[in-house]
Amino acid sequence: MQYLMLLALPADAGDSPDAPQPEDWTAYTQALVEAGIMVSGAGLQGAETATTVQVRNGERLLTDGPFADTKEHLLGFYVIDVPDLDTALEWASKVPNVRTGSVEVRPVMPTAEAARVDATASAAVG
Amino acid sequence: MTPLERAFREERAQVVATLARRLGDLQLAEDAVSDAFAAAAATWPSAGVPDRPGAWLTTTAWRKALDVLRRERSTPDDGVDAVVPPPPEPGLYGEDDLLQLVLTCCHPALAIDARVALTLRHVAGLSVPEIAAGFLVAEDTMAKRLVRARTKIRQSRISFELPGAEAWGERLASVQAVLYLVFTEGHLASGDGPAVRTELCDEAIWLARQVHRLVPDDGETTGLLALMLLQHSRAEARHDDAGRLVSFAEQDRSRWDVRAIGEARELLATTGRGPVGQYQIQAAIAALHAAAPTAEEINWSRIADLYGLLARVAPSPVVTVNRAVAVGRADGPRAGIALLLPVLAEGRLAGYAPMQAAYADLLERAGDDAGATAAWRRAAELSRNPAEQAALQRRASGN
Repeated sequence: MQYLMLLALPADAGDSPDAPQPEDWTAYTQALVEAGIMVSGAGLQGAETATTVQVRNGERLLTDGPFADTKEHLLGFYVIDVPDLDTALEWASKVPNVRTGSVEVRPVMPTAEAARVDATASAAVG
Repeated sequence: MTPLERAFREERAQVVATLARRLGDLQLAEDAVSDAFAAAAATWPSAGVPDRPGAWLTTTAWRKALDVLRRERSTPDDGVDAVVPPPPEPGLYGEDDLLQLVLTCCHPALAIDARVALTLRHVAGLSVPEIAAGFLVAEDTMAKRLVRARTKIRQSRISFELPGAEAWGERLASVQAVLYLVFTEGHLASGDGPAVRTELCDEAIWLARQVHRLVPDDGETTGLLALMLLQHSRAEARHDDAGRLVSFAEQDRSRWDVRAIGEARELLATTGRGPVGQYQIQAAIAALHAAAPTAEEINWSRIADLYGLLARVAPSPVVTVNRAVAVGRADGPRAGIALLLPVLAEGRLAGYAPMQAAYADLLERAGDDAGATAAWRRAAELSRNPAEQAALQRRASGN
């Protein structure tokens, strides 16, 4: 089962001594790869580089900045493949930004074919 | 109790648990178990009660669930029979199944009100209307809450397996919080609430007994069960014949349930190996209250010490208020007021009637009659329980 981990930091968290360092990210990504659960992931440029796009009545609207006016800024994501939510939460509580920011964990929606296989498997294994 | 009612009380949760774990689907399990009980109601009166009702129910519910799974397959030959596991061995279901069901319903990734609803619905076996009435919410609100919670369990794959050792403490703490919340909801309603609300106390105690049976060595679970028994032992004495709330000090102690108190004391005697937590400390305090033959003989200095310990283990303004009351009894009202003043000044509990009542009582005993009257009045204004409000107003007017 795949889970998306959305990583966020408060806009003002950069200077905290607990702020994640580049080598923390390398080590964590390495750990995901070694555990054989890494599907994908990326770090993002700062929120000040974001452009938000909307189309209303056929007209394109561009806004400078990220889409949600939240106190936390998105800084990257991972997709991991683990058996259940508890395992995903276990990994989420070790992401480098978790001490100063937050990690939102969401199951990735299975494709139609995957859903069918999935239902059969869960009935079989339980 | 008919054999069917007994089976519902004693076997239902276990059968749901066994099916939920094997199917990985709480709703499918619950529906199948309902069908099995309907089948039992139809056949037991004429065919007789099976030797092992639990095994009969498990097998019947399992067949019902497989029927549903087969019907859901698009083509009749979709291989359901090839992939389904053999039926659970009759009568051999593990106790672990029930513990897993409780832990899943109380998973910390679910909102606390969802955990409460799931636990009452699937472990205690209450109906949706009963739970809705118990928590004073609309029936469809409660139904939606349950659907949302079960969807999250299924879609985010909250597992029905026992957690690893490192997660054990967090998971049991969540179970304890859920059960205590159910209990206090019933406790608040006692006296003037409808039966379905006050019965939440009995449901919480029943649930705590089940969990205690499954983890007898967990001190906090034991402490929680003891705490509930002690608080509930005073249920009869909390109101007079007219339904008016009787303050703790004025309760007729002969109406306390001595059997429940005795059981709680025996439970507490079995703890003490693990770390001491909030429920054990609160139970120890309640046991000291219960041990005093009259209100004048309460061991306040020991209780004040225990509140000091509780303030370290689980600090909260409410604990400080209770501590101030105990210290006020042990070391005099001035010492109690000194502890209470910072909480009063902080304002977070400004709307908390028991704090104003505690303050009023301390002022009264310190000889500040005008201050006491004002505080009694504030307490009465803040109280939302009509019986309690009346009692506080009587204090404000000095009788």
